Amino acid sequence: MTAVSEHPSRTVEHPLLEFDNVGKSYGNVQALRGVNLTVRQGEVTCVLGDNGAGKSTLIKIMAGLHDYTEGEMKLNGIERRFGSPRLAQAAGIATVYQDLALAPLMSVWRNFFLANEIRTGPLRMLDIEAMKSICGEELRKMGIEIPDLERPVGRLSGGQRQVIAIARAIYFGAKVVILDEPTAALGVKQSGVVLKYIVKARDAGLGVIFITHNPHHAFLVGNHFIILKLGRVVLDAHRSELTLDQLTAEMAGGQELAELSHELGGIDAGKVVAPHEVRHGGVGAPELDDSADGSADGSADGQPKGTA
Amino acid sequence: MSTVTTTSTDDRVVTRSWLAQVMGRPEVGALIGAIALAALFSAAAPAFRNITNIGTILYGSSTIGIMAVAVALLMIGGEFDLSAGVAVTTSGLAAAHTAWYFGLNVWVGVFIALLISLAIGAFNGWLLYKTGMPSFLVTLGTFFILQGVNLAVTRIVTGGVSSNSLNDMDGFNSAKAVFASTFDVGSVRINITVIYWVILTIIGSLLLLRTRYGNWIFAAGGDAPAARAVGVPVVATKIALFMGVGFCAWLLGMHLLFNFNNLQSGQGVGNEFIYIIAAVIGGCMLTGGFGSVVGASIGALIFGMTRLGISYAGWNVDWFFTFLGAMLILATLVNLYVKRKADAR
Repeated sequence: MTAVSEHPSRTVEHPLLEFDNVGKSYGNVQALRGVNLTVRQGEVTCVLGDNGAGKSTLIKIMAGLHDYTEGEMKLNGIERRFGSPRLAQAAGIATVYQDLALAPLMSVWRNFFLANEIRTGPLRMLDIEAMKSICGEELRKMGIEIPDLERPVGRLSGGQRQVIAIARAIYFGAKVVILDEPTAALGVKQSGVVLKYIVKARDAGLGVIFITHNPHHAFLVGNHFIILKLGRVVLDAHRSELTLDQLTAEMAGGQELAELSHELGGIDAGKVVAPHEVRHGGVGAPELDDSADGSADGSADGQPKGTA
Repeated sequence: MSTVTTTSTDDRVVTRSWLAQVMGRPEVGALIGAIALAALFSAAAPAFRNITNIGTILYGSSTIGIMAVAVALLMIGGEFDLSAGVAVTTSGLAAAHTAWYFGLNVWVGVFIALLISLAIGAFNGWLLYKTGMPSFLVTLGTFFILQGVNLAVTRIVTGGVSSNSLNDMDGFNSAKAVFASTFDVGSVRINITVIYWVILTIIGSLLLLRTRYGNWIFAAGGDAPAARAVGVPVVATKIALFMGVGFCAWLLGMHLLFNFNNLQSGQGVGNEFIYIIAAVIGGCMLTGGFGSVVGASIGALIFGMTRLGISYAGWNVDWFFTFLGAMLILATLVNLYVKRKADAR
């Protein structure tokens, strides 16, 4: 729990990345509205939110995949719009996506250096030996040993792939590293490795943006917490202003959880029913209680909702 | 399964044997097939063993191989080009018509044809990017457009269905020397297209495996959104690949034009599939992201050998395409089998 030593907020003239009232609409859907946030170097900024809260849209704006439609995004105090991911990378922003990570049929080292290839000689040919040794070294640092770096990444486990993507972003991330739910698909042990890397990246002086829906993971490493809900920032707090329980409750939407527990209050959770064959359509729809007024007891524990 | 050992070595992973690594290469299936076919025809057709026929076989292979190299790169980049066959004819006709109609030096026509071929490639790529339609549809459209243009423009310019003879025009002889000459190596007559084919294979293979553009091609074909997200210029890569097909279509079109002195406007239809088949036999996956330029060239060689081998063996040439179809299916199965075997080790 105390993996984070308290860093005094550095007083740089401009924060590394700053959102001023940023909004993004897709046609008539406003995915993000009036988002203000600041990312400082040497800090881990955690962005939490349920499915559809706008987390992905937020990252995609920072990473140059989408443009924003309102407000201003400032990098080192200068307003920027990245026309492509390549420009965002050139500005020092590296991103690890949960769903867009690696080309499955390409070898490990080719994926690692994709779009950042090391070239040598007058013909600017790839320096394969150098890339393989760096790639092997970086992966060993992250605790995975891949004997054959020519192996296509599609044949590795999900956890190994995630680690490769993170190792790549940290290796190339000049200023800001964005991690989109890096621990969502991982087991406990590997989540631990990823969290340690987040801390290492912070200690190296990078600005880390850690997107997650797991408040436990966020609280282990985060300096600053932002919760998104329906495209708006509903909480923006420093570590010193929060406890894990508060974060969990905020994240799970304390109010909504209370409503849910009220709705499910009538069921007998411990009941066991004798086995039956069920015909098609034999399970009836539950009676929905639309008039949930949120006046329930709220005794259920704050379990975050399903994976994005 | 997301538990991964964090110790220094993972004892569940055994280092793959040398043989398994070789067998995992995309061109292995094609190489085995080529050797088997060479053995078959050598046994069945005495003429196939005749050393002077090597030049003929290589020539036939080169006219497919020049295109197969570019088509293979495009397929590894995740796209098809069904207009590749008629684009060859379009290029030849463009050179012939502009030179003849305006009475220019044929080299001017050759240059204009190059611009047109590259423009057709760029148009295919651009349309693909703008519409987001699959390249199968986009290039099918281009295929029919070009086929019609070939016939209609030829009719307008010459009044017939073939281009006019260029052999008395300025620059014809030098152009013929560049695009359609032959030379002898011992008793084997080598057409210059074979040289182009070999050079293109080497350049294509180096480009794919030893430059960053190759990395981008694999990534654009393997997972385009992921490639774009890490900063690969996917659209530019794909447009360049289509233009590469255009360039090779120009090279082959110039050869056909100066070798035969004129071109039939209906020529080239159907050849696009032959290029694709050569690439597939050579180990390119239809879904992109995997394949080999050398393999595609071996695929072209298999074609050259089969086409001549059947006639040298005295078999009925009508069966050629049946034979090809069977070979395509066989090659694909062998590729799959070899890949699975290699993966399992």
